[in-house]
This record gives sequence, C-alpha cells and structure tokens, in this order.
Amino acid sequence: MNILLSHNAQWVIVSTLILGMASGMMGCLSYWKRQSLMSDALSHAALPGVVIGFALVGVKSLPVMMLGAAISAIIAALLIHWIRSSTRIKEDTAMGIILSVFFGLGIMLLTMVNRMPGGNQSGLDSFIFGQAASMVRKDVYTMLILAVLVMLVLFIGFKEWKIFLFDPDFARGLGLSGRLMNGIYLTVLVLVIITGIQVVGVILMSALLIIPAVSARYWTQSFKWMVILSGLFGGGAGLVGTIISTLGEGWPTGPFIIVTSSTLFVISLVFGAQKGLLIQAWQLRTQRKVHVSSSQSNLTQGGE
Amino acid sequence: MAVLTVNDLTASYRKNKVLNDVSFNVQPGSLTSIVGPNGAGKSTLLKVMLELHPKLSGDVSFFGSTLNKMKTRVGYVPQRGSVDWDFPTDALDVVLMGLYGRVGWLKWPKREHREKAMDSLEKMGMADYAGRQISQLSGGQQQRVFLARALVQEADLYFMDEPLAGVDAATEQAIMTILNELRMKGKTVMVVHHDLQTVEDYFDHVLLLNRTVVAHGVTKDVFTKDNVYQTYGGTLRYMMEATT
Repeated sequence: MNILLSHNAQWVIVSTLILGMASGMMGCLSYWKRQSLMSDALSHAALPGVVIGFALVGVKSLPVMMLGAAISAIIAALLIHWIRSSTRIKEDTAMGIILSVFFGLGIMLLTMVNRMPGGNQSGLDSFIFGQAASMVRKDVYTMLILAVLVMLVLFIGFKEWKIFLFDPDFARGLGLSGRLMNGIYLTVLVLVIITGIQVVGVILMSALLIIPAVSARYWTQSFKWMVILSGLFGGGAGLVGTIISTLGEGWPTGPFIIVTSSTLFVISLVFGAQKGLLIQAWQLRTQRKVHVSSSQSNLTQGGE
Repeated sequence: MAVLTVNDLTASYRKNKVLNDVSFNVQPGSLTSIVGPNGAGKSTLLKVMLELHPKLSGDVSFFGSTLNKMKTRVGYVPQRGSVDWDFPTDALDVVLMGLYGRVGWLKWPKREHREKAMDSLEKMGMADYAGRQISQLSGGQQQRVFLARALVQEADLYFMDEPLAGVDAATEQAIMTILNELRMKGKTVMVVHHDLQTVEDYFDHVLLLNRTVVAHGVTKDVFTKDNVYQTYGGTLRYMMEATT
C-alpha cells in the first residue's frame, strides 16, 4: 500500500476517478442514441491521428497528438455518417468498416514511426492499451476541466438532451436543431475519447463509455438518475481499478478499470432493482404464488 | 384565409418519388383525414410539410407565413412506433416535453408547467398514470400520452400520424372526443388514417392521397367509391366486389 501514498499515484487515482465519471455520464447519451458502437469506432479511429500528430512534430507533444486524435475521430464520424446516408450500407456495418480501417491504418503508421530514428522511444504504443501510470498533475487538470465540461453540457441542456434522445422529430418540431445537438454530442464525445485513450488506450476506451451506462440502466427508471448513477459507477470503477493496479508491480491500470467496471455490471445485471435477474425471478415467483392461491380459493369457494 | 397551403410539393425517398405535385389548402376549424394505401406518402407528406424530411420542390405556408415563424402554432403527434418506449421516463414527463418550447431552451420546467401537463393528462383520462413508466403503458395509453403532449402545446394546427392505429375502442373514442373538441374551438386537425370504415363518421374533410392528391374536400362530396378505387388502385375494387 506504500505506493498508494506516493504523490504520483494520487494524481493517477484522481484522474481516473474523474475520467470515469465524465465518460460514464457521456455514455448515457450514446446508450440512448443507440450508438454504443459509435464510441468504439471513434476511439479506434483516433489512433492514426495520434501517430500522424507525432510524426509531424517529431517529438511527443501531447496537445498535438490529442488534436490529431480529435481530427481523425471526427473524420471517422463524418465518414460513418456519409456511408450511412448515401449508400445502402447500414450504420452498424459502416461503423465496423471504419473502426477496422482506421485502427489498421493506425497500427501500420505506428510500426513505420517506430522504425524512424527516435521513434522507438516515442511511447506511442501506450495509446493502444493506455498508460495511466505516466500521468502527472497537469493531466489531472485536463481531466478535471473535461469532466466539468461534460457535466455542464449535460446539466444545462438536460431537458434538451432528454427530448433529443427520446423523440428527435418532435424536438425539431419544437425548434430544437437536431444538427446542433448532434454537433455538441459529437464534440463532447470526441473530447472524452481523446482524453480517455491516454489512460485506457483506444481499444478499451469504449468500455469506459458503455459499461457504466448499461449498469446504471438496471437500477433506475429515471433518465436523471441513470446519468448520475452512470457517473458514479464510472468514477467508482476508475478509483477502485486504479487502486488495485497499484498493488502489483507493473499491473496495467486500464484493464483493471475495465474489469472493475464489468464486475459492477455483473452485480447490476443480477441484483439490479429494475429488470435485474433476481428481481425478475422473484416477481415471477410471487405472481405465481398469488395466482396459485387465488385459484385455490376460487376452487374452495366453488365447492361451497 | 387558409390555415395551410401546399403548392406543388414534390419529395423523394432515396430513388423513389413518393410525393408528386401535391397541392391543397386547408380551412380553419376542419378535421381532415389523410387516406391512401401503404406507401402513398401519407407520413412523408406530414414530415415534408414539417420540414423533417427534405422536399425537392414546391412550397408550404402556414397561416400565410413560414413554418419557422409559426412553429408555436403547429403541433405534431408522430407515429407511436417512432420512439423507443423503453426510455427511462414517466408519462407526465413526456407530456411536459410539449411545453419545452414555452419553458424556454436551457431552462427548467416550473410548477405551473407541471400542472398544465397534469391537466392535459387528465383530459385524456390518464391522470392516474402520470407517474407510470412509459414502458409499462399499453399501446392505447401511450397514444393518449402522445395526444396529451400535443394538447399542452395549445397549437392551432395539428398533424397526427395514425393516432388511431392499434388502439382499443375506448382510446379511439377518447381521441375522437378530443379531436372534435379541438375542431369546436376552431382548431384545425389533419390526421393520417387507415380505417376506411370510419372516415365518414369521424372526419368532415378527407384528402385522398396516392403520391399525388386524388381528391380533397368535404367528406360526403369526395369520399366516393370511384375516388377511393382510384386512390387504392385495382386491388381494392376486386376485394370489395368480391365481398359484396
């Protein structure tokens, strides 16, 4: 537990906690936009941008690489939109194509850059699986700003998000621009992704967005509580996963966060107060009992 | 003055032209059913008029002006199947959505809005279900919630996409009562409707549509066998002649 007390570990823990909260809340929007796979496609698509950003500047400059990541993720999003609207290919297929093409391109570029002089020490590999341990105080500030931004966007426009997700046509009828809402959604999603990939990497990033939202769904029937719970689950997974990963020498943070998050999901799936497996079984059993006893009393009444 | 004027409206869905030179105008205080076979462009017509689907040509004017300027006077009830009823919210909250324009963007609804939404639910006989999860409502109840949401908008012109499809007799009566009340108040309602048997009883105007307007006017003048045959093509004629 000594490592826990180290200064750097504290920064890492705070960062992953805040990142978990922000992505958990953002994930609720993706969940109800029925675009869980979209976040996966966009995080994978960020990789070529990271590598190109590095190759252009020649040194590991985080802002440039994040900008590269954002640009390639947005290009991917536009391509998915274009494929869906102008070909007969369905959205999930389009996402599948873009995901693998961009990720493949990213890996290819990464291999090339690693062969360049000085490229080997670039640490670009860490964007694939993430490297939370390398985070410092400045990263915590980035995450904090990001988390506050996500919460503000969600809080200020809460009823707008609700109607946009539930009934976009009606929202447009009321004068709420679907294009504007989509734009804000995509911008914030990309922001969360490019921040998150430094911690958990492009492959696991979508889990950070999707799993807390799905878990939260099992506990509540209110959109507001779903967003709050999802934030808590995401933050909790970030916190606990990071602490566990500090217990062993060289244990990777990202995967432990995801495993913790998945554990929360399994608990929700079984014990969830809404649609949880246990509660459903219990409801069925009581219904059956009521049914049996009422039909028995009918029988005895009939006999009299 | 006409509440709604449509001139040479043409629209397509992917490669197919679904609306071709649609022109008509609607007088205030009328209750019009839009009738036509599947794929005739009924829902598309509503969506194109409301600018939810792009048009190729033609123009639509609302109260002699544009939709943008008249947005608050136009209400829309989408098809029940167009939304995901699994969304975590309750009936009152959905009705409240009809007031979002009036609440103001980025502002939170107040008590008065909640009360208004509650009144509207009550009008639809749904007061007891205000706090009920929308996923746990029956199809008819969901349709009533949609109607209640449209009512709180207090619009002057309503478009409703198949509000009577797949609902029980009680809900059908409740909805028709409300539609007639709206007409009495001088509001105008256009309803996409499927049941040819009830057109004459329920609606004073009818718009027979099959990609273009076959006939439009007062129901008893326009809703003739010939016009219906022409709208539905040969198939219906054979079917009807076979049964008589």
